[in-house]
Parts: sequence; C-alpha cells; structure tokens
Amino acid sequence: MRAITANRLTDGHVVYRRSDGVWTPSLIEAERFDDVAAADAALNAALRDILTVVGPYLIELDGDEPGGRKHVRETIRLKGPTTGTSLLNAGGR
Amino acid sequence: MYRYDEIDRTMVSERVEEFREQVEARLSGALSEDQFKPLRLMNGVYLQLHAYMLRAAIPYGTLNARQMRVLAHIARQYDKGYGHFTTRQNIQYNWPALVDIPEILEQLADVEMHAIQTSGNCIRNTTTDPFAGAALDEVEDPRPWCELIRQWSTLHPEFTFLPRKFKIAVTGSEADRAAIGVHDIGLKLVRGETGETGFEVHAGGGQGRTPRVAVKLRGFLPKNELLAYLTAIMRVYNLAAQRDNIYKARIKILVETMGPDAFTAEVEAMYRQIRGRDLAVPAEEAARLTAFFPEPSPVDRPEGAINAPGFARWRRINVKPHKVPGRAIVVISLKPRAGAPGDATADQMDAVADLAERYGDGEIRVTKEQNLVIPHAVAAHLPAIFEGLEAAGLATANAGLASDIVTCPGLDYCNLANARSIPVAQALSAALIDRGLDEDTQGLTIKISGCINACGHHHIANIGLLGVDKKGEEVYQLTLGGVADNGAAIGKILGPGLTPDEAVEAVTACVAMFRRERRSGEVFAGTLHRIGFEPFKEAVYGQ
Repeated sequence: MRAITANRLTDGHVVYRRSDGVWTPSLIEAERFDDVAAADAALNAALRDILTVVGPYLIELDGDEPGGRKHVRETIRLKGPTTGTSLLNAGGR
Repeated sequence: MYRYDEIDRTMVSERVEEFREQVEARLSGALSEDQFKPLRLMNGVYLQLHAYMLRAAIPYGTLNARQMRVLAHIARQYDKGYGHFTTRQNIQYNWPALVDIPEILEQLADVEMHAIQTSGNCIRNTTTDPFAGAALDEVEDPRPWCELIRQWSTLHPEFTFLPRKFKIAVTGSEADRAAIGVHDIGLKLVRGETGETGFEVHAGGGQGRTPRVAVKLRGFLPKNELLAYLTAIMRVYNLAAQRDNIYKARIKILVETMGPDAFTAEVEAMYRQIRGRDLAVPAEEAARLTAFFPEPSPVDRPEGAINAPGFARWRRINVKPHKVPGRAIVVISLKPRAGAPGDATADQMDAVADLAERYGDGEIRVTKEQNLVIPHAVAAHLPAIFEGLEAAGLATANAGLASDIVTCPGLDYCNLANARSIPVAQALSAALIDRGLDEDTQGLTIKISGCINACGHHHIANIGLLGVDKKGEEVYQLTLGGVADNGAAIGKILGPGLTPDEAVEAVTACVAMFRRERRSGEVFAGTLHRIGFEPFKEAVYGQ
C-alpha cells in the first residue's frame, strides 16, 4: 500500500494527498494505492500542484504507519523529531 | 567588531528585497520550484524533513549582544522558541515559514547580518578560533583577515559558481582551534624569520565522503599577498576541478589527483602571474580592518570567587586564561545532560546577550563545538556570570569533556541524513555523566554525523559515530583516532556497524578504556597509538 506525501509550499510542513486532491497533515486521511498505475496517475496530478506543495512522492505504508525501507524517515516526518528532551516548542509560536 | 559601511548595508538590503520578490514569484507560480530552489539556497533557505530551514551566517563566529537578541527574537517570533548553533559557527532555524523568511532576513540586515553564501557552491562563511583576540598563545588576531576574506569572497563573481562548496578557516594561534587541516583552505598566522607575521597556507583538506588532511602549500606568505594567493588557489581549483561528479568536485580530490607538488606548482605559477597588482592588500586597508578589533582593556581587579555549589568546578572546566590581565574566556556549554547539542532557547540567547553586555564588552562567539563563548569576560565578575548562566540553565560544567558531544541535526531534521544523531548524543551524554565517565576527560572528543556528509565532524573525533542506513535500519560505524587540531588526523573504522543502543554502549566502553589505560598527561591519540586498536575492539565487540 502506498500514499503520496509532500511539503506544503508556504511553510514546508508535511502533508499527504487525499482522494479529492486536497492536502492534509493527517496520514490517516490520505488516499491509499495498491495499484501502481493509479498511484502514478495521482502522483502526476500532485506534481502539477506547484502552488500548494513542493516535491510530492510516493511512500510505502504498513497499515496506518509508514513502512518499507524509509520507515524511520517517514515516521519522523509524520510524528516530528524524536529528540525527546530537546528544546522543541520551547516557548515560541 | 567590524561594522557595516554603506556598501555592505546597500548590498545586504538590496539582497533582502530581491529575495522578497523571488518568494512572491514562487508563491504566485511565476517561478517553478526548480527555478526557485537555487535562489532560495543562495539565501540559506533549505527545505528539510518537516519545514524550511534558514541558516544565518555568523561571520567567523563573532557577534554582539544586539545581534544575539535579534537571533533570540527570530527564534521566538518565527520559529519554535529555539535555534541551533552549528559546527560552522552559524545558526540554523528549523521551523521558519517561507512566507516569513524575507521579514526575518530584513531583521537580520537591521543588525548587519545575512544568510548569503550559507549554502551553494560558493565560498562559505569563513571560520576561525573562537578565542581569537583573547587566546594566550595567539601570534596575531585572525579576525581582521577573516573580515578581509569575507569582503573579498562575498558575491565574488568569479567564485559564485564553483565546482563545489568551499570552506576557509583561519587560526592565529599555535593551538589550532579552527581545524585548518580539514578545510579546503587552512590559514595559520605565523611569525617569520625576521619577526613579521604572515600566513602558513594549507589546502585540500576536508571531511565528507572522502576525508583528507590538507597539504601545506607555503610556509610563509606575506599578509598583504593573502588575496592574491587565495585567488591563485581558487582559480586553479575553479579551472581544473572535476565538475561532472559532485563526489569528485572538491579541491581535496583535485590536490590528490594532481599530486600535492604539481598542485602547489600550479598555484605558485598562477600567484606569480597575479601578485603585485590590484589584489595586494594596501597597508591602510589592513590597518582600517584591524582597528575594528581592538584588544580589550586590562582590568585592575582581582578575580571573583564564590562558594556556590558548582562554581569551582565550572571555573576549572569552562573558564580559560585570557591574554589581557583581569579578563577571562568563558565557554558556555550548550550540552546539558541529555540535551540536544547546540540548541539554545530564545530566553537563553537573551541571557547570554545580557551577560556579555554587562560583564564582557558585549562580544559573543560561536564555536565549532556548538558552544558559545564570552571572550572578554571581566574575571572579577565570574561569580555573577556563573549565577546568570545557572539561572538560564547554561552553567553545565563540561566544556571540552567527553559529554561535550558534537552532532549534526541528523535524521530528526535533515533531508540528507540516513540516521539520527541527536538522540544518540542525548543517550550518550546521560550515560557518560550518570556512570561517572565524564570526569577528567578534558580534550577527549566525541562527534556524531547522521550521514557521510559529516556535518557532525565524526572523521576528526577521537571517538566518532557515523550513522548509515542498512536495509532501512539505522546503523552506526564507530571510528577511533581522529584529531581536529594540531596534527589533524582522520579516524579509522573500528569494526562492524552497531545499533543505536549498541553504539552508546560502545562509545562508553571506549571512554572507559581510555580512562583506564592512559598515562599521566596523555591524550586519546597518544593512548591509541601506544596500545593500538585491539583493546578497544575487544571492549566493544569482545562479548
């Protein structure tokens, strides 16, 4: 199973493509593909969405979570840095 | 410190407006991402895993309190309340929105800062000794020469599209705190036979995929010939380097391919062609730049001391001798136990600015070890500085100890990384401190990179970790024997890759082995040379 992800143009935040072509921060809401041709067709459409996102690409899924060889990277993109006691959200916006 | 003149101000403000227009063009669709990407990179804007990242230049790691407060304001207003100080003495913001970046750059420009040439195949921010102008062993303050290089290299039309990025480091001391041996060009101020100062010139060093120690091109270069000689090196490199393979495009590969003697001969021939013309540095210009960096005045007061818990240890570990009586160099560790190396909150940046202004002539430095420095602290005020740092959570007494770990942002932030580095550093720092292994390890270096680009400088660590991707899992190669300063050396891989947990245990085992086996006064490289790799291999892989 696969889904399409990208970074939002205005702020770079991680987004996923829904079946209606709208981009969402929620992987759960993303359209899923088990057909290569359908995935490629949706990716081609996403690549034309240059006013909304940057660099769309396909990721592998394992159930509702990122899977495959890039699962660590994609899990970090989905859930944020794993730096635990770092200074994330240290008082800024 | 250097102050912008009208040329600097105009150039930087025009660049901000130009970038504002480029961002608007991207948002409107007038520019595609392929067209926009090289433009944003030229202004220090990367797109990382979760957000854009802005890398602002801190020229040769020197800034004043007013500039630090603006860095704090940007962290608070446009980011998540913190910034990350880097191994190139710069600052990175991990979460700015693209739409806000022109405004951020305008605020940086207001305090004479920018993000120009913090990315791309150009001459990057020149780095130097964070103790410059304060170090006891200094031959000459390198900062005026760094400023000269900054002015010469900024938007230099001939060197804006080099085969690859290009990094220059300068040291003015015998103890090399700028790691000149692993830079594309490394410059060392030395005293000549007749007592005048000049540059020892090295080139062809670097880390990354193919780590190399620089070769010495010249033992002595008159200072006023610096720009002619740098131009000669750059010109030979620019003309001859391999541009069709990014892995072979750095000057280190060219020096190796040509051979050091042939490369040096080419540079010297080019130098003979161009020397003595308009690249000669006029004495009055050198004097003008030097005047921006006056030696701090002596202070006729005794050093302060208090009985507060932790003060004596902090004084012993984090305070270094200053060449001017009554002054001291204060290193502010950004490596609390289990903290993210190099990160500082906006409030901490403000606190450092306040302390530097109140007790240290307002000057601050960033180190390649990702710490901050108050270089000209008044020694009588050390207790007040300690108390101020303690209140800000910045009084960790581990500058230069094993837990003063250097890391790149790694896979938690970086688009290029293959593995995480910050969480490994966090676990490692906690393990070293909690197990009592951190004590008495002054000078022992541990550095972690999340990919082969080696931004965490693992190649030149006594104990280095390199994160790699092995079939989708994070694996760490352990290297031993790297040296960053005098006698620079590249570490060698000890054995098979390790899981993150194993890597933490392996490094602590190596630290314990060193503490057990070292002789009095011996540094890690000395112990390793004497006992060899086998005992360390046994400690790590023996079970």
